[in-house]
Amino acid sequence: MKMNGAQMVCEAIIAEGVKTVFGYPGGAIMNVYDEIYKQDGFEHILNRHEQASVHAADGYARATGEVGVAMVTSGPGFTNAVTGLATAYMDSIPLVVISGQVPLSLIGTDGFQEIDAVGISRPCTKHNYLVRELSELPRIMKEAFHIARTGRPGPVLVDIPKDITAEFGDFVYPKEVNIPSFKPTYKGNNRQIEKAVDAILKAKKPLLYIGGGVVLSDASDLVRKLAEMGQIPAVETLMARGVMGYKNPLLQGMLGMHGNYSSNMAMSETDLVISLGARFDDRVTGKLSEFAKYADIIHIDIDPANIGKLVDVDYPIVGDVKLVLEKMILGLEGKIKPSRYSDWLEVLERYDNLHPQSYVDSDEVIKPQWAIERLGELLGEKAIITSDVGQHQMWAAQHYPFDRPRQWINSGGLGTMGFGFPAALGAKKAFPNKTVVNITGDGSILMNVQELVTASEYKIPVINVILNNHFLGMVRQWQTFFYEERYSETDLSFQPNFKALAEACHGIGYDVTTKAEFDEAIKDAIEKDKVAFINVQVARFENVLPMVPASGALYNMMLPTKEEK
Amino acid sequence: MSNRNVRRVVSILVENESSVLSRISGLFAGRGYNIETLTVAPVPNSNLSHITIATKGSERVLEQITKQLHKLVPVYKVVEHEEMVEKEMVLVKFPIEESLADIQALCLAYNGGIVNVGINMFIGMVADEPCRVRHFIEAIQRYSPIEIVRGGVVAIER
Repeated sequence: MKMNGAQMVCEAIIAEGVKTVFGYPGGAIMNVYDEIYKQDGFEHILNRHEQASVHAADGYARATGEVGVAMVTSGPGFTNAVTGLATAYMDSIPLVVISGQVPLSLIGTDGFQEIDAVGISRPCTKHNYLVRELSELPRIMKEAFHIARTGRPGPVLVDIPKDITAEFGDFVYPKEVNIPSFKPTYKGNNRQIEKAVDAILKAKKPLLYIGGGVVLSDASDLVRKLAEMGQIPAVETLMARGVMGYKNPLLQGMLGMHGNYSSNMAMSETDLVISLGARFDDRVTGKLSEFAKYADIIHIDIDPANIGKLVDVDYPIVGDVKLVLEKMILGLEGKIKPSRYSDWLEVLERYDNLHPQSYVDSDEVIKPQWAIERLGELLGEKAIITSDVGQHQMWAAQHYPFDRPRQWINSGGLGTMGFGFPAALGAKKAFPNKTVVNITGDGSILMNVQELVTASEYKIPVINVILNNHFLGMVRQWQTFFYEERYSETDLSFQPNFKALAEACHGIGYDVTTKAEFDEAIKDAIEKDKVAFINVQVARFENVLPMVPASGALYNMMLPTKEEK
Repeated sequence: MSNRNVRRVVSILVENESSVLSRISGLFAGRGYNIETLTVAPVPNSNLSHITIATKGSERVLEQITKQLHKLVPVYKVVEHEEMVEKEMVLVKFPIEESLADIQALCLAYNGGIVNVGINMFIGMVADEPCRVRHFIEAIQRYSPIEIVRGGVVAIER
């Protein structure tokens, strides 16, 4: 069929089964937007900033497991999208981002809105393309989706010059992809798996170290099964919250810089780390030489480059964690004695009793931890929770009762403030019947606040709970601990009227200073079905604890003092 | 794993496309890997190119270099070997006043010769193992070389 390049882009998006595209038009991408106007195969959501478009596509991808799609123009449109690409890249989220580019004849001439998109995005995409000929376009679109979702997922950029989207040619969308140099390993090596099974059978204090890869590979059920059949305790990274479910007694909690006491002690004392789709990030390990010092390490990862990158591994297994776990469970069935590790579980229980995850509640002021726990009581398993970055993010990860994977959506690797609100829009588009709440702070929310307009226009009623401490809280916390309370540029006391701001953008706002008001606001916001800002005044100087100071050993935690408990 | 830095030649077979060299050099720069020399040329009768990089790093870094290179979509094959046959070429320009015979003898000893002679200068060329090329460059210092251009290492698996 003859059509122009712009229509080919749309046809490819439809052929991939994409229902929602987030984007923002501009000069170099106009041909494609002209075709978007004519088609009805997918819906386009006009965000009010390109960064938000990519985060929204990202939130959509994290909530569903499908490839998220965003579209931007050349130059500033693309550079605004870079933070979104980098965010998705660090957390291995499958995206296809399509950017317009100046016509081929203008490339390299510093043309209007020209920037080297492929050059800029190389270190923050899994792969990227500059389309140089129309005949390549169908294949490149097919490859982009394939690469984004295959192996370790990640974002792919397709940069398309304007003359190519205008040119007419034959369109046949390829059915299959053949990239000889791109063949990720899915099945783990059987001998390595057998060795790992033996190691588990011999271990006295094994520990499941669960990372975001388990969520990406939809392997949570298998992880729960493995934990339960062997009665093996587990710790989750920030990206894996929800995998085990908060009710599971084998789950110690989150480990790392703001991990709870028993999780970090479990990692410090285990004799066998079973790493499932985790990558030994510095926020997890603390001081590397003290990390899991007494343990052998089984490392299962689909990306071989993660294995042995930071720690020496005794049992490397390259493969999809789901397929590897299936085999592992078969190997362990009937052989593993669930009572074998009961002493170890008892030790961990004592650690948890010694320093449980706790805070001192107050009747005078709302404690941020209380707000999260209360939110959990009110919404629980039904809601999807997104977050921005900072103290509120850590409190949410520590205190919200996550019950399933993909319930918790946050920017872990890059730590992008401004991620939560647009990501919530993406998640809500994917699951319109679920309540979607962005837990945010008074700093982060302003970094994509323009999305109030998007949410109102498209009636995407997400609830933003702003834990407002009039500080850039996490940085303030570090200044308290490590910079002798010199609060350099972290006092955010000068604020907008958040309630009025939401209402100015056709949403609804609430000012909350008491627990009763908090409950009322949440209930009302759910009923009103409008985008909401719930501005919650919380204790100003509350710290996120426990805390392992950067590059300290995991077992050296700053714990709440008596007053803070 | 040992933290001692070792020199290694990495030989990479890639799809011959416009941005592939920047993907590879960018990977080295972005992740803080060292490039001592880099050569690139198309493989005859194919759509592939051969890139040879001489690098230095600890065992862990060298392993990461290989793995990270493998992850790049246009990369077909990465060979990182201790047993490589390596050669490097160098061109040296001398003033015409220097002893042509001496320099020619030196070049011959290092698999080369005089390749060009002009009114005020002549050019010697050698092609040899990288360490021998280094010796050659030391040896010719007394003949006041005007310009030295090294070609970078090319290597092939034994």
